[in-house]
Amino acid sequence: MIALLIRDMKLGTRAGGGFGLGLAFFLIVVVLVPFGVGPETGRLALIAPGILWLGALLACLLSLDRIFALDWEDGSLDLLATSPLPMEAAVSVKALAHWLTTGLPLVLAAPVLGVLLSLPAAGYAPLILSLALGTPALSVIGTFGAALTVGLKRGGLLLSLLVLPLYVPTLIFGAEMARRGAEGMGNTTPMLMLAGITCGTIALLPFASAAVLRVNLR
Amino acid sequence: MMPELGKYAGAVLSSYGISLALLLLLVAVSVRRARRMRRELEEVEKRIRRNG
Amino acid sequence: MASIWQYANPRKFIDTTDRFLPWLSALALVSLVVGLVWGFFFTPEDYRQGSTVKIIYLHVPSALMAINAWLMMLVASLVWIVRRHHVSALAARAAAPIGATMTVIALVTGAIWGQPMWGTWWAWDPRLTSFLILFLFYLGYMALWAAIENDDTAADLTSVLCLVGSVFALLSRYAVNFWNQGLHQGASLSLDKEENVADVFYHPLLVSIAGFILLFVALVFLRTQTEIRARRMRALLARERLQ
Repeated sequence: MIALLIRDMKLGTRAGGGFGLGLAFFLIVVVLVPFGVGPETGRLALIAPGILWLGALLACLLSLDRIFALDWEDGSLDLLATSPLPMEAAVSVKALAHWLTTGLPLVLAAPVLGVLLSLPAAGYAPLILSLALGTPALSVIGTFGAALTVGLKRGGLLLSLLVLPLYVPTLIFGAEMARRGAEGMGNTTPMLMLAGITCGTIALLPFASAAVLRVNLR
Repeated sequence: MMPELGKYAGAVLSSYGISLALLLLLVAVSVRRARRMRRELEEVEKRIRRNG
Repeated sequence: MASIWQYANPRKFIDTTDRFLPWLSALALVSLVVGLVWGFFFTPEDYRQGSTVKIIYLHVPSALMAINAWLMMLVASLVWIVRRHHVSALAARAAAPIGATMTVIALVTGAIWGQPMWGTWWAWDPRLTSFLILFLFYLGYMALWAAIENDDTAADLTSVLCLVGSVFALLSRYAVNFWNQGLHQGASLSLDKEENVADVFYHPLLVSIAGFILLFVALVFLRTQTEIRARRMRALLARERLQ
């Protein structure tokens, strides 16, 4: 299990693995926003938490198809399926590796990009906390979507269509928590809901992903 | 016969128009595909029976 | 022993539904015409909403069926997962476009009604937003069916998606509720008589709802037959190529 995790992380951080790509995409989204809505500080500060959440979500989405694609092509996914490691565990490890290589860097980069969007000082802690709580759910849900579309030639667009509706609750509670934090309101309720969604998806979705992956490997 | 719809006539009529058009479209597509599939399947079955 | 599972045999399903379909379609047509004509021509105007109240005869039934179609797909998917009856999986596939159409009708009639009443075509109200999300779920479900070539694989994957999607659709409903307070009024129908809309509007509405339900069932039967035939044809052609 540990070996699989290390191997996946090495693959993910290697060139072309999408490690830098997701971060670069996040940066570009944040840079483009002021061009779209105008440079006024007040307006940017108002929408900063939402934009940062959206950017993180899209950057996460961008790297999803890499979770299984390489393993599918060279056949190591079949090896995983026949190994003594249960498929559920393999899927969870893959989601964890995806989070460590994509979600965690996004969480760490978010405060820097917050400066660009003139996020109010009170907003940093809730933003980082909400992203740290929410991005694992994004990775786990994304792994499910990637498992669904693993055998398809051009699954990328379909993957987004399948995964984005599933991201809605996470996005709502995550962005709401960051926004309320930035505006100095109490944000315990969305925080608890977000944590609940993350725990729930981590606990249950690997079973669905593993079932789907088995079907695809049949 | 037409009821007096007052100032909202446009809204009421357009929503009835759009909804009925959508329903009719759905029914038409379903029926046409059902007919075509029925016919094609019969042809294929006939051909296979003939060829043994 | 007669049991419901005998209709899981595709041949039996086609024979039986063939016998019912003409009656069902006629009944659906009659109740739709009666409900809508009654609602359109013979109901009074509401004192606040004016004639726009007549839109209710389309809006409420289609919204109801948009949700019920998804529930039916959920049940059919579960039956497929547990008992592996092909007819069940194909019925779920057949119902998805109907549900999507119902969702569109509900959204469009709602927008047209909202324009004069709320002064806006669209508001990010919880109910409206959830319906938009439901529509996205329908799109994803149909796209996944269309994308996969192997029938059994497609049936398996879409039924898992339907299951997971149901949970997330429910979650989204509550998330959206939390996120924004709504303009939308409460349910138009409930078992509690006091909370219902007035009788003059209520009776034609019931007929109209019955019409939508019958139409849905008839369409599901018809489309499931088509799917069964399409599947059989693919199998025959594949066998022919092998020989």
